[in-house]
Amino acid sequence: MCRLFALTSRDPVSPMRAIDALNVMKEGHDGSGVGLFLSGLGGPWEELKEYPILSGIFTDEGLSRMSDYMTKNGFQPKYSATFTPDVEPPAGTPRRGAYASIAFKIPDGWKGMAEEQVSQNLVRMRLGLRAMGEESGDIMVFSFWPDTIMIKEVGDPLAMADYLKLDREELQARHILAQGRQNTNYAINLYACHPFFIEGISTMTNGENTAFVPIREYLMSRGVTGYQGYQSDSEVFTHIAHYTTKRLRLDISAYKHVITPMNDDEMRDHPDREFLSDLKRACRKLIIDGPNCVIGCLPDGSMFMAQDRKKFRPGVVGGNPELGIYGFSSEICGLNAAIPDRDRTKDFQPMHLDTAIVGPDCREVLQCSQKDPLRPQL
Amino acid sequence: MLPERPITPSTLSRKDLPWQIKWDINTCTKCGRCTSVCPVNAIELGVFRKRDVRPPMGLNAKPTTEFSTYYGIRQRTDPAYACIGCAMCNMVCPNNAIEPNRQYDSTTLEFQNNRGGQPRTRGGRRNNSESLLDQIKFIRISMLTDPALDAGRHEFDVRTLLGRVLSPEAEIKCYRENGWKPPVREIYPLVIGGMSFGALSPNMWEGLQMGVAYLNEEMNMPVRMCTGEGGCPPRLLRSRFLKYVILQIASGYFGWDEIIHAIPEMKEDPCAIEIKYGQGAKPGDGGLLMWYKVNKLIAAIRGVPKGVSLPSPPTHQTKYSIEEAVAKMIQSMSMAWGFRVPVYPKISASSTSLAVLNNLVRNPYAAGLAIDGEDGGTGAAYNVSMNHMGHPIASNLRDCYKALCVAGAQNEIPLIAGGGIGKHGNLAANAAALIMLGASMVQIGKYVMQAGAGCLGSEKDRCNVCNIGVCPKGITSQDPRVYRRLDPEKVAERVVDFYLSFDTELRKVFAPLGRSTSLPVGMSDALGISDKDAADRLDIKYVI
Ligand code: SF4
Ligand code: SF4
Repeated sequence: MCRLFALTSRDPVSPMRAIDALNVMKEGHDGSGVGLFLSGLGGPWEELKEYPILSGIFTDEGLSRMSDYMTKNGFQPKYSATFTPDVEPPAGTPRRGAYASIAFKIPDGWKGMAEEQVSQNLVRMRLGLRAMGEESGDIMVFSFWPDTIMIKEVGDPLAMADYLKLDREELQARHILAQGRQNTNYAINLYACHPFFIEGISTMTNGENTAFVPIREYLMSRGVTGYQGYQSDSEVFTHIAHYTTKRLRLDISAYKHVITPMNDDEMRDHPDREFLSDLKRACRKLIIDGPNCVIGCLPDGSMFMAQDRKKFRPGVVGGNPELGIYGFSSEICGLNAAIPDRDRTKDFQPMHLDTAIVGPDCREVLQCSQKDPLRPQL
Repeated sequence: MLPERPITPSTLSRKDLPWQIKWDINTCTKCGRCTSVCPVNAIELGVFRKRDVRPPMGLNAKPTTEFSTYYGIRQRTDPAYACIGCAMCNMVCPNNAIEPNRQYDSTTLEFQNNRGGQPRTRGGRRNNSESLLDQIKFIRISMLTDPALDAGRHEFDVRTLLGRVLSPEAEIKCYRENGWKPPVREIYPLVIGGMSFGALSPNMWEGLQMGVAYLNEEMNMPVRMCTGEGGCPPRLLRSRFLKYVILQIASGYFGWDEIIHAIPEMKEDPCAIEIKYGQGAKPGDGGLLMWYKVNKLIAAIRGVPKGVSLPSPPTHQTKYSIEEAVAKMIQSMSMAWGFRVPVYPKISASSTSLAVLNNLVRNPYAAGLAIDGEDGGTGAAYNVSMNHMGHPIASNLRDCYKALCVAGAQNEIPLIAGGGIGKHGNLAANAAALIMLGASMVQIGKYVMQAGAGCLGSEKDRCNVCNIGVCPKGITSQDPRVYRRLDPEKVAERVVDFYLSFDTELRKVFAPLGRSTSLPVGMSDALGISDKDAADRLDIKYVI
């Protein structure tokens, strides 16, 4: 089973803290890959919050094809943190070229465009680049979004950190999702590597999603730009989170009502029973039939964890409000390694009805139960 | 039999009949039960004369001839009385002195059973024992990242939705604006399909209703049963059990007066209304209830004279086109119950199923689509329709499901698949395969008769006299002398038995696939088949 570790902090921290936690949990993952999502970026990016950042891997040719494409669309590079490793890659990792994160200036024509339109256009450009690269393999893009960097590679997390120099200052971030990969049912493909990302929402999962095919078919038929690809059986979790919050405009605490609705008995005396049973019917195709633990980060920087009742060993959330840092870990040893100075009695293991949410202020773990009344905005 | 047997083009010998009676003179006690129980009078008591020539010893005396007579069983060779292999004679024989034997090389009857220029009509199912559903395997078993579920101990939610389900966006809009929500029923995914009160005997019908009520009220399984065309007994219409019943209206509109009149007195809404446009076993035909079965009660319920054949016209003057008919009928039926009851059409699987489906997707009142494949059973139909017409269910269902996926409506219009499920007894496996191909629920008819009441019909043209009211088991007869053979209590018991075992088997299929909280509708990645063409056509994995 993959190992997951996420950090959310008031001040930017190095992704190495998450990588080290993954390393402690090494028994669980076979070191077949690592994925990193970084947002709330620190260092040089602090000034560039408005500019969408393109993250991906490019060969020399890919770089020039990419910059042609960006120029054609009216985008000017503003700042770039490109890294080309000069040492031999670890065994099993191919030499791919430059690992780039480039912030672009939005074309003037986009000014005044509705936010939704801008978002969609960014997704469309990311997909365009991805499609260009799929022919020859010279371009791979994982995200194109303000204040967001994504890195993915095949290999052991610690070896990768060393190879890609992940302790660079320009990679410090407030919100970090990191996954140590266990081999999956599907072929190894960088796009299949967690975390997944769409319009500011990123999630990662461990487990097995037996309902993958019906959910994929359902999402693909929703007519939302960006619901495509699906190289991994859990890529759909990200899109369900996106669908729930952006399309249905529900609060993230409703996410669990979509993926793992309560059964009739549990729902019986719920104050919002009528709405919830209708929602369960309408979203029936999105019910995941676990076992899965999902950790995700939303555009505002809040982080959440949820799991279904089939998950035998739930993840854990804990942290230190004084230091303003919280960790979400699939194993307790990972949390101990990353945040040793915390009150362990306050650690929270969300059970099958719970969603744990830590807001961007990193002050407390909000525990939502599906039994609670829905939040007012519904 | 004539003393001198004429030989004409249509005379048959015993050898020409597919079923031949083996009768043992030594064990027969001549009780006569076999001849009295034979539904088609294929056997009769015969007087046989035997000549014995006895040559004496020596050369002087002449041989003597002795004549003796004895009584025995004679099989008739007139095609009208050909043995149907039901083996009722054997069932009643105290000594097993008689039994029918199938002769596969005796095919002559097939060329003869259209006497008087009348093509053969029969009940039963298609005479073809192949089943694609039986070839499908379930191949996705959780092994790596998580252990398989425990089918015996894990909680399973084996329920499905019948009715128009709104899309999540529409549902939330409807909730915010307090709009109209189409009615949806949460039911068990195995439905007893339409078998009418005219086709089945009162005892069979009562047995089924009792079984269904018991499953609902004692076993907590929301099983539903469809009435078939021809109305519904008035007492049931006014009882609280109506909520377990799907009322069918068909092309002939038989029995609808009774139902409409009962609306003001109904204590409960019916589960749903099914509008029958077609049936898998006789696509293009309406219902066919032959005069033998139209007794006083049936005539009264259907509002017709007694003793006349009731062929429902496949079309009716209210139906101008399928689009219009579907729209109009759905609208008016919904209206009759104040838009509280789901209304959906049932069609024969055919290459035009998609057209109907596309039409329904755009109709906000359409509550589902039932598709009946070529292997479905029927009470009466022409042999040619039953054996040669119709579309197999698997690929038709798959096409429809995929069309829904393209339209993004796969959760919105439930597909109900039927026709050949459990043809060889593999009820749960066949049903699970269809669910994973995209059906929200499946319906069975013939299986219920076979498992619930011991129907003798098979895919080898055994029995199949359901149409002429002489059903040897009393399942499809309206003659009290025949149907009192069937004990409704026992039928109910068998229905409950096979539903419970189906439920266990279904869990045994779903558990290793890791599905327990929602029905694996459309989980086609779990299916494999060793036929390359079938795999391509159904878009499932090819495994050998
Ligand atoms: S098998 Fe049935 S039809 Fe044939 S002789 Fe016996 S009772 Fe009659
Ligand atoms: S037993 Fe009755 S219902 Fe079954 S095939 Fe024979 S006649 Fe038809």
